[in-house]
Amino acid sequence: MKQNIAIRVDDLTVAYNYKPVLWDIDLEIPEGVLMAIVGPNGAGKSTLIKSILGILKPIAGSVSIYDKPYDKQRALVAYVPQKGSVDWDFPTTALDVVMMGTYGSLGWIKRPGQRQKKAALEALEKVGMLPFKSRQISQLSGGQQQRIFLARALVQNASIYFMDEPFQGVDATTEIAIINILKELRKAGKTVVVVHHDLQTVPEYFDWVTFLNVKKIATGPVKDIFNDNNLTKTYGINYKVSVQE
Amino acid sequence: MSNAQIEIQLIACIVAIACAIPGTFLVLRKMAMISDAISHSILPGIVIGFFITQDLNSPLLILLAAVTGVITVVLVEYIQKTGLVKEDTAIGLVFPALFSIGVILIAKNANDVHLDVDAVLVGELAFAPFDRLLISGTDVGPKSLWIIGSILVLTTSLLFAFFKELKVSTFDAGLAASLGFSPAIIHYGLMTVSSITTVGAFDAVGAILVVALMIAPAASAYLLTNELKRMLIYAIGFGVCSAISGYWVAHVLDASIAGSITTMLGLLFLIVYLIAPNKGVIAVLYRERQQRIEVSLLTFLLHLKNHTEESERHVNHLSEHINWQKVRATSVLELALKNNMIQLDRNIVSLTDKGHEFTTQAIDYIITNQDSKIEHMKDDFFLFRG
Repeated sequence: MKQNIAIRVDDLTVAYNYKPVLWDIDLEIPEGVLMAIVGPNGAGKSTLIKSILGILKPIAGSVSIYDKPYDKQRALVAYVPQKGSVDWDFPTTALDVVMMGTYGSLGWIKRPGQRQKKAALEALEKVGMLPFKSRQISQLSGGQQQRIFLARALVQNASIYFMDEPFQGVDATTEIAIINILKELRKAGKTVVVVHHDLQTVPEYFDWVTFLNVKKIATGPVKDIFNDNNLTKTYGINYKVSVQE
Repeated sequence: MSNAQIEIQLIACIVAIACAIPGTFLVLRKMAMISDAISHSILPGIVIGFFITQDLNSPLLILLAAVTGVITVVLVEYIQKTGLVKEDTAIGLVFPALFSIGVILIAKNANDVHLDVDAVLVGELAFAPFDRLLISGTDVGPKSLWIIGSILVLTTSLLFAFFKELKVSTFDAGLAASLGFSPAIIHYGLMTVSSITTVGAFDAVGAILVVALMIAPAASAYLLTNELKRMLIYAIGFGVCSAISGYWVAHVLDASIAGSITTMLGLLFLIVYLIAPNKGVIAVLYRERQQRIEVSLLTFLLHLKNHTEESERHVNHLSEHINWQKVRATSVLELALKNNMIQLDRNIVSLTDKGHEFTTQAIDYIITNQDSKIEHMKDDFFLFRG
């Protein structure tokens, strides 16, 4: 069976101040996979996601979402940035942050109304954060903040989800809660792309993986390509990880 | 009150409101210093505009000054992007350069006209009512009231139209970009509005003191609320209060109105800084003290939990064992008693059931960092409020 390609990246090169951080990336992500992007620090994992989402401008190459440019497909895509990328002292509540997920479908100027609020409350419920809806976001723990971010992505009701290190600095309960939601999303036919750090959990959490270190090392099903050979190529000499089969 | 007095206060209030709105977003974006840079570097824009129009209230002058303001921001960002210097250094490089161009232009060409550095920097609100706007011969009020009034209408309409866009791009520029709200457009829009407001306000309070009206009310409001809309409303309220009280202070002392307004802003911030309920200095000190006692309490309870032998739990031995001064030991003992966590029996201290449960939960929380278990304890104990 030939799968649909959800995300296609062609010859993508991205540079900061003329220094390439991603070099000639070709990548096809099939629809319905739960994919981890792994690689060492500075490998360009976040940069890859940001370039796909048009937040960073590549110096060469192109990206398409279901064969169309990202600009045309925004409604299909939800994004969870790194938790550390925002100021959690910002004067706003958990519910309000989740509501921001609905802004994309509203477009410029139009204000969110009851429908958007209802959707946001449902998303909060799904991540188990409904009791905290009125709490100021700095008063939430790291795990709770991450769940708020996840709820904000869920409320977008997208087909493709990009998440930048959703498991960073969260407690074990939150990690399990998040991965369960991600697996549910996959079951519903959604495509989920996650920047991931913990190599130990890759085989348990994900069914697809991309090794990245400035260049693309390998991409494919976890069971076929998650091996010491690719890990060594990505992380340097003789990287060994004990993969439980 | 005379008509002129009312007009002066009205202008001051409108300036305060027009400044508080962009000021709130500048404070949240940690760009307070940019407003300082803009306020200086619009000088050459004002001077060139004045040479062309020979009128300090001309719209062209406002436009040119606003353009210089945006140029400042672009230059700062350009220098910063080279990665050779940090943002504050870039700001410090750009605005004195532009400002000095303005000073030289005035010194070389404007000696004989009514435009001097002081007038631009400090302003003189008291003279504002003398410069009237005449429409086909009819006096419709002071010119500066119309100018800053129009700017306020512009700012408020933009705020209402783009509130959601401003909020999302200020909080999370990455999300804003992925949703299709270009953070660059919003950023430069805000910079343009800030520049226009600064120019519009320089007549009234001067280009420098306008920084105080942008930053101080927003900074005070930030300490008092956890909601953006309220922060805006509080900032506007603080601005207006300082404008009116500042005017009357100046009236009584026979001093500069702009100087008095700024002094009131400073006082107001100081008061809020001290007594704000959650973020104020006094509240923080109180919380830290409570947390210290609670840590002591927990240490104490844990000691009791770990030691069953009576010698370890005798009141007189406790202070020695845990190595506390008498005062602290007493206050901890009282706190534990008050919460029914311990009981005293012939000077032997032991944990109650509640004390046992509390200690287990607290230690569990500290080890596992799982919030669900201690949600109900957050109301009673500062320690668990993060």
